[in-house]
Amino acid sequence: MSAEDLGAIWLTLKLATLVTLLLLLLGTPLAWWLARTRSPWKTPIAALVAMPLVLPPTVMGFYLLLLLGPQGPLGQLTQALGLGLLPFSFAGLVLASMLYSLPFVVQPLQNAFAAIGPRPLEVAATLRASPWDSFRHVVLPLARPGFISASVLGFAHTVGEFGVVLMIGGNIPDKTRVVAVQIYDHVEAMQYANAHVLAGCLLLFSFVVLLVLNRQQRKIVHD
Amino acid sequence: MTETGIDAHLQLRRQDFCLDARLQLPATGVSVLFGRSGCGKTTLLRALAGLEHAEGFLRFRGQRWQDDAYFRPTHLRPLGYVFQEASLFPHLDVRANLNFGYQRIAPGQRRIGFDEAIGLLGLETLLERHADRLSGGQRQRVAIARALLSSPELLLMDEPLASLDQHSKAEILPYLERLRDELGMPLVYVTHAPDEVTRLADHLVLLDNGRVSASGPLNLLLTDPNLPLAHLDEAAAVIDARVTSHDPHYRLSSLGVPGGSLTVALSALAPGTPTRVRILARDVSIALDMPQHSSILNSLPARIVDLHHDRDPARVLVRLDLGGAHILSHITRRSADQLGLVADQLVNAQIKSVALTS
Repeated sequence: MSAEDLGAIWLTLKLATLVTLLLLLLGTPLAWWLARTRSPWKTPIAALVAMPLVLPPTVMGFYLLLLLGPQGPLGQLTQALGLGLLPFSFAGLVLASMLYSLPFVVQPLQNAFAAIGPRPLEVAATLRASPWDSFRHVVLPLARPGFISASVLGFAHTVGEFGVVLMIGGNIPDKTRVVAVQIYDHVEAMQYANAHVLAGCLLLFSFVVLLVLNRQQRKIVHD
Repeated sequence: MTETGIDAHLQLRRQDFCLDARLQLPATGVSVLFGRSGCGKTTLLRALAGLEHAEGFLRFRGQRWQDDAYFRPTHLRPLGYVFQEASLFPHLDVRANLNFGYQRIAPGQRRIGFDEAIGLLGLETLLERHADRLSGGQRQRVAIARALLSSPELLLMDEPLASLDQHSKAEILPYLERLRDELGMPLVYVTHAPDEVTRLADHLVLLDNGRVSASGPLNLLLTDPNLPLAHLDEAAAVIDARVTSHDPHYRLSSLGVPGGSLTVALSALAPGTPTRVRILARDVSIALDMPQHSSILNSLPARIVDLHHDRDPARVLVRLDLGGAHILSHITRRSADQLGLVADQLVNAQIKSVALTS
C-alpha cells in the first residue's frame, strides 16, 4: 500500500470518527425531540432529516457547494467570521458528511427513544430524579442498543460516501482525498491492483459492520 | 375532618373527557378514589403527582404544589407513586430498582431504612433477581417498596392490584394493610374494586364523570341514604372492630365493635388485633325487644337514625346507629309499618351474618 493510500485511509478514519462523534452530540437532542414532541413541526423536520436518504449525493453536494461558495449566503458568513471558505477543505468535508449521514444517526436514536416510552421517565420523576438525571440514568442505558446502531451506521456511511465528497471536497491529498475517492483515482489510472487492496478493505469493513449490528440485534431480542 | 392533607381543585380538558375535581383529603389514613373506569380516577391521581399538568391549585399539608402562577414538577414533590403495571426499570435488578429512589434521598432525610422496606414487603430473597424473573405479584411488591424507599410524605397508588390475578391480589392485600397500619403517611388509592374499598379505605371519594360526587369517612359514605351505594342489593356497612377472644370449642371469635360485641366464625387473628367487619344491609333485621330464644348470635342495641324510601317500592332503607358507627338495614315496608318504626327509636339490630374483611 502506498503512502497515498495510507493517507487516504487515515483521513477517512479521522473524518468518520469526527463526524460520528459530532452527530451523536447533535443528533441525540434532535432525536429526543422528534421522539417526544407533539409539535406540528415534527413532520417537516423529520422529512428534512430523512432527505439524504433519497436525495442523490451529487445533488446535495451541488447545493452545498453553492451555499458555501464565495457567492453563497453561508460562504459569505464564514468569510465574514474569518473562517474562510469551506468547500475543498477538511472542515467543509466534515460539514457535508454530517448532513449526509444525519438520518443514519438520528433515526436509530429516535426509534430507541420512542421504544422506551414515557413510563420509565414518569417512574424516575416520582423517585425524585430530575429530567437530566432521568436522561442520564434511565434513558441512556435503555437506549444503548440505539446508540450502538447509530454510531456504527453513521461511521460506516461516512466511510462509504463518494458523491458529496467529490462535489464539496474535491480530491486534495491528505485534506479531502478519502478512500472512496482514492479507489476511483486508482481505477481511472488503470491501477487495478491498488484499487483491489483498498476495495477489499472496505468490503471487509462493511461485512464486519453488518456482523456487529446483527449480533447487537440478536442480543436485544434475547434480553 | 381532621388535619387537611390534600386541598385541591384540579381541572383538565381532553377531547373526550373533562376533569373538574374539588378535593379535600385528610392528612392520615387511606383515601380511596372510587368510580367506574373512565370516571377520571387515574387522571386525578396523575394530576396530584404532577404527571398531568392540570389547571387549578393543589396544596399538600399547606405546601404549595401548584396554582395559577406555579407548578412544582413531579421530582420535587415528596411523593411515592405505584403504577398499575409495576414498571420496574428493565435495565436494573431488584436491588438497583429499590436503590433508585433511596439513593436520591439524603441519608439524614430518609424516613424508612432499606432493610425495613424489604422486610415490610417480604423481598429478602428477591434482591439479586432481574425484574423479568419475577411474578406479577412480586414485581408489584418491589414497586411498592421502591416507592416507600424514596421516603414519601404522600403515597399514591393507581389500581396496583388491577393487573394481577386473584392469587397475587390475595398476596399483596395484607402488605397494603400493613402499610396502612404501620406507616404514618397518607395514602391515596385508586380502585374500582369494592372489596379493596372495604378492606383499605378510611376515607372514600366517589368520582363520577370527572367530578367528585361525594367525599367522606368510609362508614358515613357507605351508609349515606342519599348516595346510590346504600341502595344496591349488595349495600353494606364497614365498621372498625377489635378481636377480643376466641372460643375454640364452638369455633367462634368475639369482636368488640362500637356499641357492643359481635360473634363471628373463628378467626386466626390474635386477640387485640384491629380489624374491620362488613355487614350487608340485607342481613340486618330489626326487632323491638331483645329476643330471648333465637338462633341469631348477633343482636345489638341500636338507635334508628332515619328511614328512607328505596328503589324497590316494597323495601325501606333503615339507617341504624351502633355507638357512633352506622349500619344499614333493608326491610320490607310492611314490617316497618307494622313495627311502627320512627327516627330516634331504640331497637335491636339482629345481624344474620358478619364478615371480617381480612
